[in-house]
Amino acid sequence: MTDKAGAVIIGGGVNGLGTAYHLAKKGYTDVVILEKSYICSGASGRNGGGIRQQWSSSENIKLAMESTKMFEELSDELEEDLEFIQGGYLVLAFTDDELEQFKENVALQRKMGLDTEYVSPEEAKEMVPQLNISKVKAATFNQSDGTVYPFPVVHGYARVLRETGVEIREHTEVLDIETSGDEIASVRTSDGKIKTDTVVNAAGGWSSDIADMVGVELPNKPYRHEIMVTEPFARFLEPMIISFHHGIYFSQSKHGNIVGGIGNPDEKEGINQRSSLWFMRTMAKTLVDFIPQFRSVNMLRQWAGLYDTTPDAQPIIGPVPEVRRFYQLNGFSGHGFMVSPVVDKVTAELILGETPSMDIDRLSVERFEGMDLEQEYSVVG
Amino acid sequence: MTVTICRCEDITEEEIVEAIEDGYTELESLKRHLRLAMGQCQGKTCIPLTERILARKLGKGPDDMDEPTARPPSRQVSFGVLAGDEDDR
Ligand SMILES: Cc1cc2nc3c(=O)[nH]c(=O)nc-3n(C[C@H](O)[C@H](O)[C@H](O)COP(=O)(O)OP(=O)(O)OC[C@H]3O[C@@H](n4cnc5c(N)ncnc54)[C@H](O)[C@@H]3O)c2cc1C
Ligand code: FES
Repeated sequence: MTDKAGAVIIGGGVNGLGTAYHLAKKGYTDVVILEKSYICSGASGRNGGGIRQQWSSSENIKLAMESTKMFEELSDELEEDLEFIQGGYLVLAFTDDELEQFKENVALQRKMGLDTEYVSPEEAKEMVPQLNISKVKAATFNQSDGTVYPFPVVHGYARVLRETGVEIREHTEVLDIETSGDEIASVRTSDGKIKTDTVVNAAGGWSSDIADMVGVELPNKPYRHEIMVTEPFARFLEPMIISFHHGIYFSQSKHGNIVGGIGNPDEKEGINQRSSLWFMRTMAKTLVDFIPQFRSVNMLRQWAGLYDTTPDAQPIIGPVPEVRRFYQLNGFSGHGFMVSPVVDKVTAELILGETPSMDIDRLSVERFEGMDLEQEYSVVG
Repeated sequence: MTVTICRCEDITEEEIVEAIEDGYTELESLKRHLRLAMGQCQGKTCIPLTERILARKLGKGPDDMDEPTARPPSRQVSFGVLAGDEDDR
């Protein structure tokens, strides 16, 4: 076990491991990843695998578009079946306000080079004949959106890292980060100290606690989000279906299971990963309302994970003014898997002092100080 | 001889041993890596068997092993029943 590293990455989720993967690809392996539990124990092992480019803010659209291109290559690159299916996302509007917002979204998305289409309820029904469209006002559809199976992505990164000799320390909790002046000196863990001048905060729902260790305040707050899976059956559902009005999303995996979640508007801030009866009932009612045939389908299990939520639902990426070489890679709100490829690559570039291949200045934590925020409206779950 | 440990997801003892050797040394990460215990029976048969393999490979007693988190519902329930418009018989 090393007691010294060029960089320490906190968090064994898709973003921590993805960053180490991009560093290793560039030949930099003097890295230690610290995970207080096991790999994928955080949100990365608890999410819906949705890959959506249909966002309302230009930053999220840009990150998701570039990342989707990278996901298209990733199965080959990792030599792993990531079950990446581009069956599209069918986004349903139920209110007049939503209709207006959708028009703006589609205009912005098309301007940015994403060919999202405006779809009538009847056309939506043609795509998914089982869909109840009685209250649907319109929809948008983008074919290159889709789903990925999260585990082989994260485990694929871990395998490549282990092969290149990068140390992944599970069951090792970061307790403190020691600084000297505005520089990082070392990271103290439940299993000894590691000298380093570079730390990546990829701790998901716990990111604010990590920043707190060096006196940096993040606006991120953890919220529970619940999700479930059904028994598998023959695939009939091509696109992921979502509704912001209901806060619901669901898709059918390559394996045939329906995977989906619904947000609880009354959810309280805090670290809570327990399952609730409210979720089970509300999810069942809403799903049966969307697709009446689901009545006879069995739910197999439900679980919960944390969204690491920022005030504008956009991630925080890059350095902070107070402490040198303390990189943020957090605040992903409900979509840190789908944007991970590009932000992990950019974080690796920042660590190595290279010019980032994508401009991420607007994702700095400094945006929360008096700047006009570009609010993201298209959040589900 | 191939021994199937998880019948629902068709996972053999050999695959489990290989995954343990690849670093998936606890039940929770084995489940996620192999889809083990994620089938129709939700691991009723394969979890105890896998715990024995883990204990053997890692030289631990079964009592030292972490219990996996139980994920409700503990038996299968249809959405119709959950939604409250069908009887739970
Ligand atoms: C129910 C649900 C559904 C979702 N659906 C989607 C979706 O469809 N598409 C999508 O793109 N995103 C989705 N998300 C969001 C996505 O899962 C997350 O944004 C993403 O996985 C974050 O990855 P991460 O690596 O940044 O953090 P995480 O995967 O949360 O990893 C952080 C890790 O840090 C570790 N850690 C924390 N504190 C310490 C410490 N002190 N020392 C050491 N380790 C520590 C934790 O144990 C954890 O493993 C969903 C999230 C949830 C909860
Ligand atoms: S035997 Fe493994 S899930 Fe049923």
